[in-house]
Amino acid sequence: CLHLAGNHIKADSNHREGRSCVRYKCSLMNTVLDVLHQRPGWVEVKEDGEWDFNWCDVGWLRENFDHSYMEEHVRICHFRNHYELTRKNLMVKNLKRYRKTVEREAGRLEAVKCDFFPLTFVLPSEYHLFVEDFKRSPGSTWIMKPVARSQGKGIFLFRKLKDIMEWKKDCTRSDEQRDEAQVESYVVQSYIENPYLIHGRKFDLRVYILVTSYLPLKAWLYRDGFARFSNTRFSLRTIDDQYVHLTNVAVQKTAPVYNPEKGCKWQMQQLRRYLTAKHGTYVVEELFKDIDNIFIRSLQSVQKVIINDKHCFELYGYDILLDQDLKPWLIEVNASPSLTASNQDDYEMKYSLIEDTLHIVDMEGRLTGKEKRVGGFDLMWNDGPVFRENAGLETLGSPFQTANTHLGGVNDRKKQLRQLLKPFPGQKKV
Amino acid sequence: MMNEGSELSVTIAQIVQRLKGTHLHSQLEKQAKECLHRPEIRLESIKEDVRKFLRATGWERKLQNAVYRELHILPPSGHPEAPLEHTKEPLAYMRKAQASWEKRILKSLNSMCTELGVPLARKRPVLEQKELTSKWNEMGADEPDLSKFRPVYAPKDFLEVLINLKNPNHDHSDGLTARSHWGLIPISLSVRDVPQLREAYPELSLSCSQLGIDDHAHVPPDLFESEHIRIGKKVVDEQDSAAAQQYSRQGSPTGLRAQLWALILNITNDPEDVAHYEQLKAAVIHHDLLVDNLIYKDVKLTASNDDYYFVFEDVLYQVLLCFSRDTAVLEHFSYNSATPPKSYIQGKTGEEEFAVVYPPNGVIPFHGFSMYVAPLCFLYNEPCKLYSVFREMYVRYFFRLHSISSSPSGIVSLCLQFERLLQIHLPQLFFHLQEIMAQPLRIAFKWMVRAFSGYLSTDQLLLLWDRILGYDSLELVAVLAAAVFAFRAENLMEVTSLASAEAVLADLSTLKVMPLLQIFLFANVI
Repeated sequence: CLHLAGNHIKADSNHREGRSCVRYKCSLMNTVLDVLHQRPGWVEVKEDGEWDFNWCDVGWLRENFDHSYMEEHVRICHFRNHYELTRKNLMVKNLKRYRKTVEREAGRLEAVKCDFFPLTFVLPSEYHLFVEDFKRSPGSTWIMKPVARSQGKGIFLFRKLKDIMEWKKDCTRSDEQRDEAQVESYVVQSYIENPYLIHGRKFDLRVYILVTSYLPLKAWLYRDGFARFSNTRFSLRTIDDQYVHLTNVAVQKTAPVYNPEKGCKWQMQQLRRYLTAKHGTYVVEELFKDIDNIFIRSLQSVQKVIINDKHCFELYGYDILLDQDLKPWLIEVNASPSLTASNQDDYEMKYSLIEDTLHIVDMEGRLTGKEKRVGGFDLMWNDGPVFRENAGLETLGSPFQTANTHLGGVNDRKKQLRQLLKPFPGQKKV
Repeated sequence: MMNEGSELSVTIAQIVQRLKGTHLHSQLEKQAKECLHRPEIRLESIKEDVRKFLRATGWERKLQNAVYRELHILPPSGHPEAPLEHTKEPLAYMRKAQASWEKRILKSLNSMCTELGVPLARKRPVLEQKELTSKWNEMGADEPDLSKFRPVYAPKDFLEVLINLKNPNHDHSDGLTARSHWGLIPISLSVRDVPQLREAYPELSLSCSQLGIDDHAHVPPDLFESEHIRIGKKVVDEQDSAAAQQYSRQGSPTGLRAQLWALILNITNDPEDVAHYEQLKAAVIHHDLLVDNLIYKDVKLTASNDDYYFVFEDVLYQVLLCFSRDTAVLEHFSYNSATPPKSYIQGKTGEEEFAVVYPPNGVIPFHGFSMYVAPLCFLYNEPCKLYSVFREMYVRYFFRLHSISSSPSGIVSLCLQFERLLQIHLPQLFFHLQEIMAQPLRIAFKWMVRAFSGYLSTDQLLLLWDRILGYDSLELVAVLAAAVFAFRAENLMEVTSLASAEAVLADLSTLKVMPLLQIFLFANVI
């Protein structure tokens, strides 16, 4: 039965409290704003007005989170210290520590499953460790990345130590002389020299993961994603040609040959089909299992470090690179993946992604909390692995359980949502 | 008139002649010689034992596949006194139309050549050769100035030619009557109607499972898909061309398609194929042809602009530039109603001894030609194998889509069949579109000329091409075109101009090919 109390509706005991009117703030001027505008019952609030939902940028979060009091129902799109996962130096630190823990507790075979990030050192603190390893593999290529910048800025490749000598000089100046703000932290990472190429072109994968809680860990995987292609052909000859090696769309956009209408992206479904045609179903299924492994372990590595807060959820953009042996590598995790669309198809995909994110955040109280799928999102981890098959005596301990992930699979989200969701409060059923 | 028995002997003799001297032949001889050492070969039954050995080691199967392939490309048999031109195209008016079309194309090519001052062929200087060799794998990275080159013709130019075909035996004197053609194609050929199509394509019926329908996400795989894949694996293991062709009628699983198509087309990737491809590559390095610019332009305009095919740009050049120089393609002119264009050495026009086929493969590319190759890039990685598959598909099927002939798989028959199917089964729609000057063929023609490449999403296109290979016919291309109109009939009835009809049919990327075909053929009330 329904009671109307204030501006929220208390549904029957199966459903948690939901709101019919949601006041939101949004600091982005792209697809997100469109989705919020068009959501029934959601109203934008002015600068200082009270809000129930905030799609903020990380800058706002840094300045305001600690000073804001949030009522129980309020939701915000970032975790306070998300940078433990998304800043390259912290991610490396957390992953290394996690790996050690796994090796100690479960042995070497299990720890090997954590070897999905290329050998990485934080600079300047680990410079000497890096030099040791550098000398052990002469002629190999390394990539230097600034810790906090995005969109491919400040990244360069090198093979000789002298290429970074200049940079190192700045770092060994004494503390008094050094201006904290000027010298950035960098990570240096072993460069993957044998990426999987499609007809000579390098690409990386962008995958979307939604985390609604770290303790316990609850994470959803979106079925759509894309492969971003480098515009020019891959070759190790010219390290200086930044355009070849960096596939971030932002960098590609300024490359001379970029055609904005084309968008040099393949939908995940297209990539999955291509790989299946080339390598067969079994190999590709194993590959996608390995990719699932990356998501889960990377989140587990920061589980105890991230400040869990029931107000917070976060939509991550994971960048994955495949090598020629079809091994996936984690390149980085983005807390603010670009939600600006490059063309109509991209817009529709991102619109659906954000819409489904809002369905899962569920300000309206329409979900039971037992769902394994909402729109294009599949529940990947819920304080433990989630399987496609429903648990029962027959499936207990069975080796035939498949993970509840469908990356690159058919995304018939509209149909699924029609069957799953009740209409919005105040809306008649269609 | 030859009787069946002697016709068969002639066919056998022809095939034996073609297979003599091939790599397979020498391999078989080698195997036969070597097996003589084996204990199971006895002198008194040597013939039988060698045969048994070849069968057991899979060599007989390879020979079977080769023979099967030859049967596919056998020139039509005709009266021993009839010249080749008459055998490959019996209708005189078709021959004339094709010949005058060829003249026009060649004239256009020659005038482009004179206008631009670019020779038809030119030997590359050594420096240029070296450069091209070094960037063989990234030819798409260049942005040469192609603004002065125009495609020699586009599908719509070709459509105008077909619309103006005239059968001199047809009496037009009674003017436009109910029995006249309301469509664009003004001639009559025998094309199949739905009841006949139902008999010809039983594997597409509602009671038969297939990929593209019964592998949908909501259908449990145990009902059909798993078993079909298991059978597919067996077919690949057995390496049987004919079985693969039959199997493909119900669709090829994504993971097996590349192997199945190679099997159906008998692409063996022998050392002689690899060597041949390397020779073609060398020919590209040594000489620059005018048609190369047409190919560059076509790839840049079509495949490079496609959301999915842009990735394959480089390999498209590698395939098409080699294709232009491949004189082995000339063989297909023994059953293609077209004749390869000839060019004359400077100053010797008309003198046959100085005539040279131009381009060397006799095929002048038109706007959209590269789309025949693009979908294949999805399946094959190595340029040599990709090249062989494309070439075989061209000489078996694609050539029929741009030459004028009376063949049931030819574009003329497909156009006529498309129009007839609509006229008979959707007469109201056809009448409406005709009234508003939006003849359906004007919209569907471009789909059919490309066998839908670039219009359907890739996975759907490959399901269609599975059936083209499976049934060894392009007929389903016409049926699909009609089925698309049937599917969007409601919206089309509302439009009032050609432009709005085009808009309704502009985007086919969401269509599911197999349900459309199945419903059109088997679910409609006749």
